[in-house]
Amino acid sequence: MDLLNALVAILNFVVIPAAAYGAQLALGALGVTLIYGILRFSNFAHGDTMAFGTAIVILLTWGLQALGIGFGPLPTALLALPLGIALTAALALLTDRWVYRHYRQVRAAPIVVVMASVGVMFVMNGLTRLVIGVDEIQFADGARFVISVPQFKAMTGLTEGLALRTTQAITLVIAALSVWALFAFLNRTRAGKAMRAYADNEDLALLSGIDPDRVVRLTWIIATGLAVLAGTLYGLDKSFKAFNYFQILLPVFAAAIVGGLGSPLGAIAGGFLIAFSEVALTYPWKKIAEYLGFEPAGLMQMLGTEYKLAISFVILIVVLLVRPTGLFRGKAY
Amino acid sequence: MSDPFANRGNRDASVVNPRPAGTAEGNHHSGPTRPGHSGDPFLIGEGMRGGYGKADILNGCTLAVEKGQIAVIVGPNGAGKSTAMKAIFGMLNLREGSVRLDGQDISALNPQDRVKAGMGFVPQVANVFPTMTVEENLEMGAYLRGDDFRETMQQVYELFPAVADKRRQNAGELSGGQRQQVAVGRALMTRPKLLMLDEPTAGVSPIVMDELFDRIIEIARTGISILMVEQNAKQALEIADIGYVLVQGANRYTGTGAQLMADPEVRRTFLGG
Repeated sequence: MDLLNALVAILNFVVIPAAAYGAQLALGALGVTLIYGILRFSNFAHGDTMAFGTAIVILLTWGLQALGIGFGPLPTALLALPLGIALTAALALLTDRWVYRHYRQVRAAPIVVVMASVGVMFVMNGLTRLVIGVDEIQFADGARFVISVPQFKAMTGLTEGLALRTTQAITLVIAALSVWALFAFLNRTRAGKAMRAYADNEDLALLSGIDPDRVVRLTWIIATGLAVLAGTLYGLDKSFKAFNYFQILLPVFAAAIVGGLGSPLGAIAGGFLIAFSEVALTYPWKKIAEYLGFEPAGLMQMLGTEYKLAISFVILIVVLLVRPTGLFRGKAY
Repeated sequence: MSDPFANRGNRDASVVNPRPAGTAEGNHHSGPTRPGHSGDPFLIGEGMRGGYGKADILNGCTLAVEKGQIAVIVGPNGAGKSTAMKAIFGMLNLREGSVRLDGQDISALNPQDRVKAGMGFVPQVANVFPTMTVEENLEMGAYLRGDDFRETMQQVYELFPAVADKRRQNAGELSGGQRQQVAVGRALMTRPKLLMLDEPTAGVSPIVMDELFDRIIEIARTGISILMVEQNAKQALEIADIGYVLVQGANRYTGTGAQLMADPEVRRTFLGG
């Protein structure tokens, strides 16, 4: 019985939250890795694209709520997502036209484009704050739990409870669906293969008749779609705060690099690795140790939650030292 | 480089993708085609003059191929052999001269439109998509085609049985010779009337080279004209219907392969005795 209690506690406090968080990071890292693979630079504005997109989704959600439209037990924000993605993608395409296209035309060194993306990041950052403000916003509605702690206890008779929040379940389902859709697109469709061909060899893609401008546009639309999705799911799961999205850029980048930049599979693996490490290292394991018959003196928490962000960097450094190409051999070799 | 810190940001692969950018001009638009001259060979690049910077690399060189024939360009390093190929394919702007294919003056077309007009080009290096499978490479070759290309793909597989066995394998994992076969196959997917090969046997073993030349003869027999630059001049001239020796961007000797091989001057200077 104690063993079961320990397992439930691990599921409840580590596995479920880390899986949801990992899925959000993976979606973000997929966007970063796509832009790196195809447009050849690390897009520092990705975190703020997530923030801006989420802000738009929140505004649309409020609009829908004001009209009295809901999505039953699911958050209304899911209804607002498609339009939110479309609007944010439009902004990303405008940004490409106003900023990045120039650097492509003058064949600027990629590091110059990275710096330009830092500029875009600050502009997006300011834009988000102008649009929605700096406060913390809760915008999840609908049913709060798929399974709540009292329900679970009544069902199983265990002393330890387990909760699965609606937002966590939605995160996992949507992430799995979009990853499946992305891979099907890249591996099965003509446009997706054209994107991979362009990422492999720009000149040969051009000689094969692939339109580079179209590939660039598609890349922005897909990466932005993934960013808005990741941002909205993260916001639903926790809360929306512009500054948090600025910070989440760090674990997202760590996930993309750890997995191997340019490798979509790596981005997913990296996202989960970072998330599980963050949660596992900042969780106090005392309760679980007690269930297993130990009597620990302290909390058995390896790091304070304040150091959460540092964990991504430690993993990042270790991976770069031991396996610089990332877990899945990316484009960076 | 004298400055040790120069360009350092561009060497950090965690923020910058080290893959080089494309060099081909992607967004210049084609001009109109005009009728060619009567009595033209199937392909002719006539009086081509041009280069990358101020100095010309091509100094009025002329290359021509008849239908179903093999033309080979040889010459010393820096003679402008590859540049001449690029000029014919539209990757280099000519100051003078014209390129005419199948009765049409295509001098104003960009490379993509020349592919549509019936040219297939196999670059010397980076001529496959390394992280895509053999089959996907061929599919990308057929990207411009709206019709069913499975038959052409089957023909390519029949021509190169060795790569047919590896159709699900990534092109980057193949041996040098097989990769060249994929590259040629990719160019054949548009069903070109003219196939241009830039040193197809660079870096492959002599056995693979002979095999590749046999395949090239087979391709020519189906009515496709071949224009190729070759480093292995002797072997290439043996299969050539016409050979061009370029020196400093101009024609030095022209003749059938056999004539050039028999010419003592050519033998001594370019074929190593």
